[in-house]
Amino acid sequence: MDAAAEHLAQLVELLRTDSEQLIHRWVELTAPSLRGRLTEAELHSDSRELFDALQQALATTGNVNDSHFAEVKGLLEDLSRARARQGFSPSETAISVFTLKQAVSELVGQQDDQNLYRQVLTFSTLLDVLGLRTFEAYARTREGIIKEQSEQLLELTTPVVKLWDGVLAVPLVGTLDSIRTQIVMEKLLQALVDTGSEHAIIDITGVLAVDTQVAQHLLKTVMAARLMGAECTISGIRPQIAQTIVALGIEFGDITTKASLSDALRHALRRSGVDVVATARSGR
Amino acid sequence: MTELGTESARLEIIGDDDVVRVRQLARSYAQQVKLSLVDQTKLVTATSELARNTLTYGGGGAAEIGIVRDDHRTGVRASFQDSGPGIPDLDLAMTDGWTSGNGLGLGLSGARRLVDDFELDTEVGRGTTVTVVKWSR
Ligand SMILES: Nc1ncnc2c1ncn2[C@@H]1O[C@H](COP(=O)(O)OP(=O)(O)OP(=O)(O)O)[C@@H](O)[C@H]1O
Ligand SMILES: [Mg+2]
Repeated sequence: MDAAAEHLAQLVELLRTDSEQLIHRWVELTAPSLRGRLTEAELHSDSRELFDALQQALATTGNVNDSHFAEVKGLLEDLSRARARQGFSPSETAISVFTLKQAVSELVGQQDDQNLYRQVLTFSTLLDVLGLRTFEAYARTREGIIKEQSEQLLELTTPVVKLWDGVLAVPLVGTLDSIRTQIVMEKLLQALVDTGSEHAIIDITGVLAVDTQVAQHLLKTVMAARLMGAECTISGIRPQIAQTIVALGIEFGDITTKASLSDALRHALRRSGVDVVATARSGR
Repeated sequence: MTELGTESARLEIIGDDDVVRVRQLARSYAQQVKLSLVDQTKLVTATSELARNTLTYGGGGAAEIGIVRDDHRTGVRASFQDSGPGIPDLDLAMTDGWTSGNGLGLGLSGARRLVDDFELDTEVGRGTTVTVVKWSR
């Protein structure tokens, strides 16, 4: 037991003897902010777990930076993450820690003890620090969720379509960043496997610029497709893009390129033995 | 090189998103000075290369992009600055196909071919500044 813990002896004793009452009151104070996102029983079990860990740590030290608080901090991180996912706000999350202060001071308020009062103050400060930690964990989780969502959105906005039996196409659109290009290329390769297709067309008509990084992703995809026994065609290279690619010095080597998506499709069909012929009727 | 005026902006380059932002800013200035579509695309691609080098090799930095004018013409100037390791062998770095990482080794040499003016200032241990201009015809 260290010096700080010595000073908290009375408080620790109080937490132990009145734990049921304290947890009950703590839950009662926090419950109004739940608004159906969490049941009171769940809150109760979360609170008890945290309370027990807190009590154990305090029995050894009153210093939050001590390793004995590792479990408390771990639980708080988990709790903050869960709350962030359940749609609680950061302050609602922090308040669920701060309400324990009120529960404890209500209990102590009935006793007239200078020593105990000082210990409760120390305890309050400690809970402040812990409450603030939930903010950080909460923010990290939200950032993670936002990132996940935008990646999901990317996947949704870059469809791999089947143009014909054995022919897949993926249109690339807009400003390509590394992540986006990579996701599209991975999706295309996976779709080749899933559908057993032998032709893939990457159409870049909608792409604003092709730099070395985008080019490298394209080249790698074509090579990977080849290893899987599929042929890749790049279509829709617009004049300004073509000139830029040449000036940059990028070489597409023996990769088939076609002016338009329909040219690329015709090429793919021909390669798989389908011949596209114009009939008199098509002219109307 | 001609100085930037009030029609300019500064962007921190800290992450991948910033490279995209640099491209968008370069494009909007290129359209303002009425660069042809080919020249717009060349400038945007060059800034994309330089911004990514700033990020990847310079450990991040800043870009300053804006409109420049001289007596006869207007153009877009883009400057990329980092306080990274610098480039020890500039000739090598400017060689087509040479990369110290796993790129194509075409960004720097290619960017020079994509613009009208190209200036590179580097010192080992201090950092690198690359400035380019694309003039409207
Ligand atoms: N800002 C910088 N700071 C330090 N080193 C740099 C910087 N910019 C370029 N270099 C060096 O110059 C080399 C060549 O750059 P370049 O942009 O031509 O190729 P790359 O970035 O390796 O590949 P690519 O741009 O084709 O994807 C880099 O590999 C790196 O070693
Ligand atoms: Mg580069």
